Amino acid sequence: MQIPETLKKKAEEFVFRYPEDKRQSALIPLLFEVQRELGWITPESEVWVAETLGVSAIKVREIITFYSMMRAEPSGKYLIQFCQNISCCLMGGVELQRHIEEKLGLHPGETSKDGLFTLKCVECLGGCSWGPMLLVNEDQYFQLTTEKVDRIINGLRAGEPVPADNPTPLLGNVAGEKVS
Amino acid sequence: MIGNGSTLLLSRNFAVDNMASIDVAMKNGAYEQFKRALKMKPEEVTQVVKESGLRGHGGAGFSTGTKWGFVPKDKFPRYVTVNGDESEPGTCKDRLILERDPHLLIEGALICAYAVQAERIYIYIRGEYFYPTMVTARAVQEAYAKGFAGQNILNSGWSCGIHMHNGAGAYICGEETGLIESLEGKKGWPRLKPPFYPAAIGLWGQPTIVNNVETLAFVPRILEIGAEKFSSLGSPKNGGTALYSLSGHVNRPGVYELPMGTPLMDLIDKFGGGIPNGKKLKAVIPGGSSSHILTAEECENLPLDFESVAARGSMLGSAAVMVIDETVSIPKLMHWMVRFYAHESCGQCTPCREGTDWLLRLSKKFLDGTARRRDIDDMWELADNIDGKTICALGAAVAWPTKSYLVKFRHEFEAACRN
Ligand code: SF4
Ligand code: FES
Repeated sequence: MQIPETLKKKAEEFVFRYPEDKRQSALIPLLFEVQRELGWITPESEVWVAETLGVSAIKVREIITFYSMMRAEPSGKYLIQFCQNISCCLMGGVELQRHIEEKLGLHPGETSKDGLFTLKCVECLGGCSWGPMLLVNEDQYFQLTTEKVDRIINGLRAGEPVPADNPTPLLGNVAGEKVS
Repeated sequence: MIGNGSTLLLSRNFAVDNMASIDVAMKNGAYEQFKRALKMKPEEVTQVVKESGLRGHGGAGFSTGTKWGFVPKDKFPRYVTVNGDESEPGTCKDRLILERDPHLLIEGALICAYAVQAERIYIYIRGEYFYPTMVTARAVQEAYAKGFAGQNILNSGWSCGIHMHNGAGAYICGEETGLIESLEGKKGWPRLKPPFYPAAIGLWGQPTIVNNVETLAFVPRILEIGAEKFSSLGSPKNGGTALYSLSGHVNRPGVYELPMGTPLMDLIDKFGGGIPNGKKLKAVIPGGSSSHILTAEECENLPLDFESVAARGSMLGSAAVMVIDETVSIPKLMHWMVRFYAHESCGQCTPCREGTDWLLRLSKKFLDGTARRRDIDDMWELADNIDGKTICALGAAVAWPTKSYLVKFRHEFEAACRN
């Protein structure tokens, strides 16, 4: 497998952010970029990252196994990360999780046969006041209901994704409601 | 205008269209305070922040100016690290600053870097914050283009770079030394402190100030309105306002900027619109999942500031208020809480790594209906054996709430036991 030129460019850019003898610092950003480009961290790219940054193979392994967002296996086209922590659970997240599992026909950690979806249950995504929330790849969705979840998933299946909730709403924020 | 008629500091421009673009931000006063700071002596800037009474809004509540003052006089280079790893359950305020007014944060970070004479700023944002990261990264580019970052900034003779850095899914990287390790390209294993605090020995062994996003965003506002005015906004020893993340069973959840010391019940009833469906309040977690739970009675007449909440046996932490109505079973709540810490333990210390896992197993028994009375005592003992015996505060962060649930809602655990 060839490492794309775009990735090599990125690597140079990243290394520049840290003092010259501290190239290891670029590990997480670079691995992140690898999985963004290739979908996951392939064994070849893992070796390439180690060589590029002058870091031993075991150091790269440590990062990949320690951080939960690092993917050493392929995942579906859409990675759905569903929050299962306190605030979201209080707002109906437990029932919603069951609904998502049924709708996708997947248990957490599984990928659908058509390679479209991977479901992952994660701990707090920092959207607690607008929970329940989930991420589809890099898109954030808040204030989920079963209807909204259905719309999101149907949209992805139909190739017409529901627009993400960007920026995070100001719901409830007295300051944000009307600045007069 | 909010609360008792005080000024909005951080959220003032949250609803302004395109505030994340530097032109709009500058029309609304961005970087004016940075320019003023550059004309002051660095120590003077630190002094103003000290006098304002600003305390860290990331969780610990330590005096920000004092922290800046800990940088050793003769050691260079120095760094500033913005902690944007917001991931304590219940906490979701920093994302609003990153998404809606990133220049306020960048300005604050630059003022901090100038005050401690740092040569680089790293903005560390948790990996799951894709959109906030994208907006902030663009704002950093703009700040460079306008000459607020880079070489010889605004002809002051001082140079400072700003770099973005994402985490990759690890709660522990919000702990300041865990964050530093992560920035160095390693597992985010917290370091033992004391003896060495990051202000003296931090990133790559150099003096490093690690401040939370919200904390740094306050800095331009302090310079703008003056230390005295700022401290007069809050309650004693708690200067200014805070962004309270309100979640759970309220009609209007959201992030509220209110003066420090705002009564908890005001936040819930007046701003949050009370509890939905006429249900009764059962409990409140006042400062993120790691704080002791408060019963409904304990919530009465409680000003939300560091001292007052501590006096009631809990902590304000990151000011993440989670509201729980009468329908929630506390053993279930405990299970969600413990599951988080068991998942996020970095594994470095045995009491935390093993203890959280055992707590998880025991807490599950109360949901499955297989628990026995002795499991309650075992959980208590486990929590007690984690508390104070670990390298970082994650140990206490699971032990404290566990104990508070067991003490204050013991009857619910007993009722869930088979014998
Ligand atoms: S207390 Fe837990 S999270 Fe903190 S260093 Fe020890 S094992 Fe890691
Ligand atoms: S608890 Fe779900 S986003 Fe925080």
